[in-house]
Amino acid sequence: MKRLPFLLEIGTEEIPDWMISPALEHLRELFAAFLQEQHLSSEPIAISVDGTPRRLVLEARDLPERQPDSEEWILGPPVTAGLREGRPTAAAEGFARKMGVPVQELEITETPRGQYLGCRRRIQGRSARELLAAALPGLILNIRFPKTMYWTGKGGPRFIRPIRWLVALLGEEIVPFELAGVASGNLSRGHRLLGAGQIAVAPENYRDLLRENYVLVSAEERQRKIQTDIAHLLAGTELRWRPDPALLDTLVYLTEYPTAILGSFDAEFLNLPEEVLITVMRHHQKYFSVVYADGRLAPHFIAVMNTAADPEGLVRQGNERVLRARFSDAVFFWQVDQQKRLADRVPLLAQITYQAKLGSYLDKARRMVRLGRRLARMLKADAAPVERAAWLAKCDLTTEMVKEFPELQGVMGGLYARQQGEPEEVWRAVYEHYRPESMEDAIPSTLSGRLVALADKLDSLQGCFRLGLAPSGSRDPFALRRAAQGVVRILIEGSLPLPLRRLIGQDQALVEFFEDRLRYYFREARGFRYDEINAVLAAGWDDLTDLEARLVAVQAVRPTEDFEPLAASFKRIKNILRQAGVAATLPARGSAIRENLLERGPERELYAAFRHVRTQVRRWRRARQYREALTAIASLRAAVDLYFDRVLVNAPDPQIRHNRLTMLSELLGEFSAIADFSEIVTTQQEEK
Amino acid sequence: MHYTFQDILMRLKQYWAERGCIIQEPYDLEVGAGTMCPETFLRVLGPRPYRVAYIQPSRRPADGRYGENPNRLYKHWQLQVILKPSPEDIQQQYLDSLEAIGIDLGKHDIKFEEDNWESPTLGAWGIGWQVMLDGLEITQFTYFQQCGGLDLDVVPVELTYGMERLAAFLQNKSSVYEIEWAPGVSYGDVRRAEELQFSVYNFELADLASLWKLFELHEAEAKRLLEAWPEYPEKRRFPLLAAYDQVLKCSHLFNLLDSRGAISVTERAALIGRVRKLAVGVAQAWLEQNGAEVVG
Repeated sequence: MKRLPFLLEIGTEEIPDWMISPALEHLRELFAAFLQEQHLSSEPIAISVDGTPRRLVLEARDLPERQPDSEEWILGPPVTAGLREGRPTAAAEGFARKMGVPVQELEITETPRGQYLGCRRRIQGRSARELLAAALPGLILNIRFPKTMYWTGKGGPRFIRPIRWLVALLGEEIVPFELAGVASGNLSRGHRLLGAGQIAVAPENYRDLLRENYVLVSAEERQRKIQTDIAHLLAGTELRWRPDPALLDTLVYLTEYPTAILGSFDAEFLNLPEEVLITVMRHHQKYFSVVYADGRLAPHFIAVMNTAADPEGLVRQGNERVLRARFSDAVFFWQVDQQKRLADRVPLLAQITYQAKLGSYLDKARRMVRLGRRLARMLKADAAPVERAAWLAKCDLTTEMVKEFPELQGVMGGLYARQQGEPEEVWRAVYEHYRPESMEDAIPSTLSGRLVALADKLDSLQGCFRLGLAPSGSRDPFALRRAAQGVVRILIEGSLPLPLRRLIGQDQALVEFFEDRLRYYFREARGFRYDEINAVLAAGWDDLTDLEARLVAVQAVRPTEDFEPLAASFKRIKNILRQAGVAATLPARGSAIRENLLERGPERELYAAFRHVRTQVRRWRRARQYREALTAIASLRAAVDLYFDRVLVNAPDPQIRHNRLTMLSELLGEFSAIADFSEIVTTQQEEK
Repeated sequence: MHYTFQDILMRLKQYWAERGCIIQEPYDLEVGAGTMCPETFLRVLGPRPYRVAYIQPSRRPADGRYGENPNRLYKHWQLQVILKPSPEDIQQQYLDSLEAIGIDLGKHDIKFEEDNWESPTLGAWGIGWQVMLDGLEITQFTYFQQCGGLDLDVVPVELTYGMERLAAFLQNKSSVYEIEWAPGVSYGDVRRAEELQFSVYNFELADLASLWKLFELHEAEAKRLLEAWPEYPEKRRFPLLAAYDQVLKCSHLFNLLDSRGAISVTERAALIGRVRKLAVGVAQAWLEQNGAEVVG
């Protein structure tokens, strides 16, 4: 069958940069599903997607020209009605006539309802062009975007931005369709200012023609160009740029033909804190910062234009003027904010609501101070810097700088506190108390910072959960997922043995919320297996450093010979106990096992091994040497195996049976405190 | 050569007049943005096409800086353009308007960066961009989706040019007060006293109790009118436009109180809700009032 290249270009007004990649991926999925549904993809077809702010592009090589032909069975009358004594009846003849085949060509087929007469009909495959023309309008409108608009009038199609042109070509031919009043064709458009308004394209020359018209369709090529440009700009100078992958990505999808330029600002502005300068450049102007070889900020910036050149330096001058105005504002805020000390701003927090029912930020600050003190005492640490930092932490919300640049909250408070002579332990704690803001972000660097951060996050979590404001789906207005993730990372990575379970109280929803965060953290950030995580969680948790130590031990012991078979036996014990309605618990003291009822041989041997291992395990557990403890437990395997081979738990004598269940229950209870082995998915199970 | 501030205003008005806009003069009440004028807020409702351009001095008490900050103003000039329905080549028309005031786009960098506009007090929102010229935001470009809480029948485009920024850019001035308004007359000559005095009034001398009272009086008047609307016999004569003026008064008083920090965060949401309720009431009644005309 003939194969043809396919090109789809959805020409739009500027799509928000951060939505382009996900939209392209979804377009690819939708297109692949379409090919499969329509049987156009018997062999794997290479689909590539790419895009700029003004175009979403999909290219596929070697699309079959048409669907394969197929055959269809058409059922006629049942054999009982269609044949009489081996000869076709009137019913069979009628059916054959309707289908246009001689009656002898009808065949008998088996169906669940008995034998039927029927015939095959050949169906010619439809052309890919025809199928594409029918499917593309719906497919395009099905691309997911976080927010869509209508532009042709109420009830009209919705898309991320107005669609202004459509290129759809299968080989040389246009795939004809119409969408939002736009007819598909072979005419693309170049760069808004530098390229032609109409460019006749074909799948083979599309990218080259667009490049000639100042559109680099490939995001990767745009990224390379930005990086090469910057390298050229800085070559031969003592300057370096601060790579910023997220900003680079933004600029790649904000431009069709990016070109980097180097600008400067007055060195006097370097008296402002670097954090402020970088925030203004990065968040507000989308500039890369430039540093000297020793890492100090240099009075330069790199801007990325969406055009080919700046021959007269007008673009550079314009950007420099904007930056000067922004920096002048920041200087003004910096000076005005210094006129009122942070400590004097505490009362102003009463006017800023945190949440209607949770009160103002002043209320929150008070709770943070109390909780911070409690945490410090639990760790026998100095509570004074924690309390001071918690008291000042939110005060920067009342400063002009944070009102103008909200992303500097915390950081500004820390800088002002430093400026106003607070000790380092305090100002640094304020500075870092929003950390970690992502999985990649560092946790606060000092103990006081960690405790203030914990107090802030735990307060938000408890307060919001108490009011039923738990996140649902993508709605998480108080950023509680990030808060809980932060708590988990600070406790574990900061090695803080705090009783989290006790701190968060009885709220079952919050406990489960934390368990989800713990699973996510250990699996995604630390690479543990999900069943290992479930096993240690099921054994109970409170101090996360202890949870982590148990998890590390399970992972280490798991590959040893005895571990998984023993896990299987433990699962068996659990089942036996469940069927007998006995819980795996330990008596408050001593043991309820009656030694005189134990049978000689495997039962007594298991009992002896149990007592021996129990002593060892308790000692190891007290010392938190979980790996040794687990190795000791695993050494029970031989005794357990022999026991199950030879001993009938369900003994006819009720006393004996009860005693046996008691022993199994104590055994399971005793050895499930580190990890619940029955949660371990053993190799055997996985093979099933 | 370069254009004075008034040249730029006149050239842009001329440009849009040539593209079928009627040229309106500023609305004679205090507003925070050109969008709030009846020429935008009410005209975008319903199916009737409309094209209008006007300069609107826009008052934002909180942005006042006593005439000292080179970039921030209590009152700034917006050029507001409404094209309903939005033409297909609107982006190109917009770019051509920049050429019309002497910007050689071949030598500059233009970006359309995502910026969706929303006005909670008007129950209005739209999708669009801030237009960046060499890193400077010069225009808000919005496709309206809802106004007065109502989905719009026809999608209008709204272009809001920040005139001081554009002029400072074109004249290469680092302070708006240095902009040449007319030959030999600076923006500072014309406006600095106003910036200073209104900053003093807004931040220091305005009487909060009076402002609150005024807010409530205007709110009550708007409410009274809206309550009278359903029973009023001859709809065509009913003064909805006067009711809307009361809403605008409320909105400005709200901004004044807000700039003084007189509104707590919780109160804020409630007050915005009160103004929105009035705005939505007027929008719905206005549609009814004009519905007959549309059908006929």
